[in-house]
Amino acid sequence: MKSKTIRRWSFVHTWTSLICTVFLLMLALTGLPLIFHHEIDHLLGDAAELKAMPADTPKLNLQQLVQAAEKHRPGEVMQYFGFDEDEPDAAITIMAATAGTEPNSSHTFMLDARTGEALEMPSANGGFMMVMLRLHVDMFAGLPGKLLLAFMGLMFVVAIISGSVLYLPFMRRLKFATVRQDKSTRLRWLDLHNLIGVVTLTWALVVGVTGVISACADLLIAAWRNDSLSAMVAPYRDAPALTQLAPATRLLDIAKEVAPGMQPDFIAFPGTRFSSEHHYAVFMKGSTHLTSHLLTPVLIDASTLQVTAVAERPWYMDAMGMSQPLHFGDYGGMPMKILWATLDVLTIIVLGSGVYLWMVRRKAAKPVLEKAESVA
Amino acid sequence: MTPRQSNFWKVFATPVVIALLSAAGLFAALLGDGVWDALSWLGLGVPAILALRGLLQRR
Repeated sequence: MKSKTIRRWSFVHTWTSLICTVFLLMLALTGLPLIFHHEIDHLLGDAAELKAMPADTPKLNLQQLVQAAEKHRPGEVMQYFGFDEDEPDAAITIMAATAGTEPNSSHTFMLDARTGEALEMPSANGGFMMVMLRLHVDMFAGLPGKLLLAFMGLMFVVAIISGSVLYLPFMRRLKFATVRQDKSTRLRWLDLHNLIGVVTLTWALVVGVTGVISACADLLIAAWRNDSLSAMVAPYRDAPALTQLAPATRLLDIAKEVAPGMQPDFIAFPGTRFSSEHHYAVFMKGSTHLTSHLLTPVLIDASTLQVTAVAERPWYMDAMGMSQPLHFGDYGGMPMKILWATLDVLTIIVLGSGVYLWMVRRKAAKPVLEKAESVA
Repeated sequence: MTPRQSNFWKVFATPVVIALLSAAGLFAALLGDGVWDALSWLGLGVPAILALRGLLQRR
């Protein structure tokens, strides 16, 4: 590699890193507790615990659950029901003042599907973990915050790539994993920066790219509404607004008939951003490990309960679905979470050592510059 | 100072193997539980241990 080429890559690496470092440090620090949010919720007593009941206790139907929800929060309307294999006797319920209310103003709680009893989920609506989540997702700044973080994620990806290019000239005379201990603190940290950076490369790239995709979720959902949804609900454009919804009772059966072999993931009630003004949308997921992250929406007319369409899944919605586990690290049990946290801390060390190396080099370059100036 | 092919692989052979291992680890756990999870722990454990070993080693 020519020294001019090295200087160019070095310039790219320095500046893309410096631009994103503060944000990446914040993301890595807030991400750390989020890896263990499930365990932390349980520890703090913030997790909803269902009553123990005989396994064959019959469940209420969906419309009865809707009524239980409306009784629990009078004056609000249903937005979503979510389902979780780990809690087969529960329905995660999201309600708000109107169906179109933005997610951060919604209220999330759990309904016991056997009794209709409402259980609060404090960490889903506020508290420490919510602050971590909001900082991590949008820094309390909504869409502009998300897009800024997405841009920082892109800078991070460029920094990783340029760093890998620079790995060659730096390591040409060194054996892999050499850490020079006896020369200087700077050399030790340079070697550690190179070593930790290069071994965590794949993980950091995957978490970075999937983070960028997740940060663009609002745009992807808007694109999906424009592309697929608007064409499917075009006949309803001039239909009068619904004053009453057909009962939700059979929604899951109807969806299972047209999407055989799939499992329900969540139901979007009419008027939310995942449905239309005139439709329930039942989002079905595949039943294998891999396809369980891919969602197929079934649109059901909210007055006749006829299936309007089984929507196509555009590629970008699949990309969004696959990004989630690969970003959260929640798909391989506790050992994976611990490895995820370790790699996160290692990334913090790479970021910190990068800043340190930059500062040391600047300090070293200054006297040389001053000397050059005095000569001139 | 043009790098020869051998130079490139001398530097990048081990990192490429580690990168492929981590990629396989990230993908494995998406496919199933049990053995697949264990494969992912192996794939992500290798980079974590190599990095920690470098950090903790002292003369």
